[in-house]
Amino acid sequence: MSGLLLIVLVALIFLVLYQLGRSSEMMATIQGEEAFELKRNKWLGYSMLAVWIILMGGIYWCHLYMMPLIEDMLIAASDHGANYDNMFMITLVVTGTVFFITQFLCFWFAFRYRNNGKNKPVFFAHSNKLEMIWTTVPALAMAVLVAYGLKAWFKMTSAAPEGAQKIEVVGKQFNWISRYPGPDGVIGKKYFKNINEQDNILGLDWNDPATKDDIVIPTGEIRLVVNKPVELIIGARDVIHDVGLAHFRMKMDAVPGITTRMWFTPTITSAEMKQKTGNPDFVYELSCDQMCGRGHYSMRAIVIVETQEEHDKWLAGQTSYYSQSHPDEMKKDAAPGGATEEKIEEQETVTMN
Amino acid sequence: MSNETHNTGHEQEVEQHSHGSTTHDSSHGHHHDEHHHAEHKEHFFTKYVFSMDHKVISRQFLITGMFWAIAGGLMSVFFRLQLGFPEETFQVLQTFLGDWAKGGKMDPEMYYGLITIHGTVLVFFVLTAGLSGTFSNFLIPLQIGARDMASPFLNMLSYWFFAIAGVVMFISLFVHTGPASGGWTTYPPLSALKEASMGSGIGMDLWLVSMALFIVSSLLGGLNYIVTILNMRTKGMSMKRLPLTIWAFLFTAVLGVLSFPVLLSAAVLLLFDRHAGTSFYLSEIFVAGQALPNVGGSAILYQHLFWFLGHPEVYIIMLPAMGMASEILATHARKPIFGYFAMVISILGITVLAFLVWAHHMFVTGMSPFLGGVFVLLTLLIAIPSAVKVFNWLVTIWKGNIRFTNPMLFALGFVSLFISGGLTGLFLGNSALDIHLHDTYFVIAHFHIVMGISAFFGMFAGVYHWFPKMYGRFMNKTLGYIHFFITFIGAYVIFWPMHYEGVAGMPRRYYDFSSWESFKQFAELNQMISIATIVVFFAQLLFVFNYFISIWRGKKVTEDNPNPWGSTTLEWTTPIKPGHGNWEGPIPEVHRWAYDFKDNPAEGTDYVMQTTPLREGEEAH
Repeated sequence: MSGLLLIVLVALIFLVLYQLGRSSEMMATIQGEEAFELKRNKWLGYSMLAVWIILMGGIYWCHLYMMPLIEDMLIAASDHGANYDNMFMITLVVTGTVFFITQFLCFWFAFRYRNNGKNKPVFFAHSNKLEMIWTTVPALAMAVLVAYGLKAWFKMTSAAPEGAQKIEVVGKQFNWISRYPGPDGVIGKKYFKNINEQDNILGLDWNDPATKDDIVIPTGEIRLVVNKPVELIIGARDVIHDVGLAHFRMKMDAVPGITTRMWFTPTITSAEMKQKTGNPDFVYELSCDQMCGRGHYSMRAIVIVETQEEHDKWLAGQTSYYSQSHPDEMKKDAAPGGATEEKIEEQETVTMN
Repeated sequence: MSNETHNTGHEQEVEQHSHGSTTHDSSHGHHHDEHHHAEHKEHFFTKYVFSMDHKVISRQFLITGMFWAIAGGLMSVFFRLQLGFPEETFQVLQTFLGDWAKGGKMDPEMYYGLITIHGTVLVFFVLTAGLSGTFSNFLIPLQIGARDMASPFLNMLSYWFFAIAGVVMFISLFVHTGPASGGWTTYPPLSALKEASMGSGIGMDLWLVSMALFIVSSLLGGLNYIVTILNMRTKGMSMKRLPLTIWAFLFTAVLGVLSFPVLLSAAVLLLFDRHAGTSFYLSEIFVAGQALPNVGGSAILYQHLFWFLGHPEVYIIMLPAMGMASEILATHARKPIFGYFAMVISILGITVLAFLVWAHHMFVTGMSPFLGGVFVLLTLLIAIPSAVKVFNWLVTIWKGNIRFTNPMLFALGFVSLFISGGLTGLFLGNSALDIHLHDTYFVIAHFHIVMGISAFFGMFAGVYHWFPKMYGRFMNKTLGYIHFFITFIGAYVIFWPMHYEGVAGMPRRYYDFSSWESFKQFAELNQMISIATIVVFFAQLLFVFNYFISIWRGKKVTEDNPNPWGSTTLEWTTPIKPGHGNWEGPIPEVHRWAYDFKDNPAEGTDYVMQTTPLREGEEAH
């Protein structure tokens, strides 16, 4: 019913507007087409100026409104992020200058050179000099932007430094799974056919001794050490996902069948960030940034940046995924041979601590 | 559309000696006049449905495009309701979406279906078919001086393939698993596996079939446009005398013909992966509790194929809008377009570069950094011809004598929006910045402003400008002004704040942000954007209302002023309502370029038609 009313209302408004339009055309005929058009043109000329003022005022107001909302996000939490923000500002200054000049000219010319019955348009069809200028100037500006951009790009895509923390992040519909290498520092092999939801959600290959001490966090929680480079080794189980770390200005697709990587150095701990933002609920969030199905918007994981001590303490509290998924074997595991023995024992002692 | 309206035009056609058609006696007609007798035999079906007249086909494209624009716009209103008011329920959603919005709360699956179909139909059906389909068809023969397209039959097929593509897409909205819902880019494996998403069921097959039909339509149209422009220009219409609209349509068609087949191959391979057990895009997948046998494919391959069309597609949308804006700015500023050759060269530059930048959509796929670097360079290069065009437009209106007609306002709006949206491309084209901004609201703001709204403004400008030629009547000006101001301000209100959301990393294609600590603070803003969307949507309905009411009730174009905007181009030398074949007598001959807006003492006007021979001692441009 209300829908019908709305339709009737809209139709009525349209008809009223249309009749208004018709009557203004009638007015034009009465007043004399030309005089009426000139008057209208004058008003529209002024309205171009008004539009420009509204546009600029709106942009200013929008900026005032938005800045407090994005304030927290403006604090870059990685070394790359600081670099990024710098580059963003350079690009903003370049584009902003062009924006304000060209928008002003667009509306100012429209206003200034409106037909007022006296204006004589100038026949000015080309000028190679002008064309040269505004081909060269943008080209130079682009060269600067490309140079800055590529410098940052090659730095961020370079190989991760030696000794970087390694964490695997795997996306699936619709959550993240993270894996830490355990004491051996090696992320063990996996194979998608080994995956099962009960006791091997990543499809770890238990024949690879390096998997035995790997720690798997089914909630995808990622714990980073402040000021220590971290390399994320990224994969996906089913469809393409994307590891989006907005605070760190990083993002990388998670593609089934392909391993992708990215590295950065977090510079602010979660605790410090709570202080900086004044928000006790502040958390770094990992968002899925590639459309992955109906639960896409809920693919969230928490990222925690902590000190080395805190990290070691947390790590000490974790048990290997192998031990979790093979509880029986762990119990009767009196004397298993081979290289894994030490590690398991080591891990058990750690757990007992 | 009644038969009557169009036949009345016929009587008026006899006396049609306008300012421009002074060259009628220069009988050089390389075409016979066989066409214009044929019209008497036509009845409703051959005249309005299976018509081979380019002018009718163009209106078919336009009106079909309008249908899809309203449908796609309505979808955006629906998903904006969800984004702006995630806690509330709306009866209207249940009315339209049925069980997909039980109790007025939209299901995420349908949310994703709507954004997917919204994107697909607006990019392809509205801004490709509705824009270049309409105006290439309408203007190419009229502005180059041809009786019709090189192949009117293929032209007709082009429309009907498009219409069928639309029907298939429409059907896909009603299948029980819902329409395709993987985003308009439909990346596999999501789009390849029906286990991964409901929308990847039969809805996805229909989407692919619809796209395949659409590609056929686009190729038939594009080939026709190219051949017509190259071969069927009237005497004297050398390439360097072509209006910029025609240059734009030519390069648009070239882009389409060279890139759409690649999308077709992507779609065919995807169909194979879906139904024939191949592994082009699939590898090492565990979904719905089981590991699939597929290994060795690459999901990224699809993205390369898709964006090899997908990026040129942006220019397929932009170039016609640019061409029309150039024409309209010059005409209504009563001043020649500034830097005609620079404009042509920049269109050419954009066309060439458009093929070399596709992977800038894929910076986060883990591509080779070197390759990424190359694409950064090429992408930022494309800013140069774009900048040249903007400066030339600005100089075109500088020291002009501007008449703020409806088309002129939209053309000015086009320039403003193109600047705003184009500049943000410099952020996204630079890979190091794109990494953070990729797939956030910054991207939404960027492409909606630059290839959505600004292309729409080019299209609106075109419709208001050529409506008198299409129907022999004017659209209502007052409604046109209301339409302009609401849409222009509204577009900025909707999309400007999204840049900030994007800078904060807010991801696109999210159904609900309320559980995100980083993004939930925008709730009030999202509401405001949604309200603005609804207002702007109704303003577009006002345009459609104006369009249809003006077909029958609009102010008539009269015999004493058959060239109401004072244009120089050939379409205004035809009868007020040209029949099939366009000119009653021989096709006029062209003697000068398309932008001679200067004192014409001979006729007491401020422009010289292309058909007017050079005066003694006058230099050609």
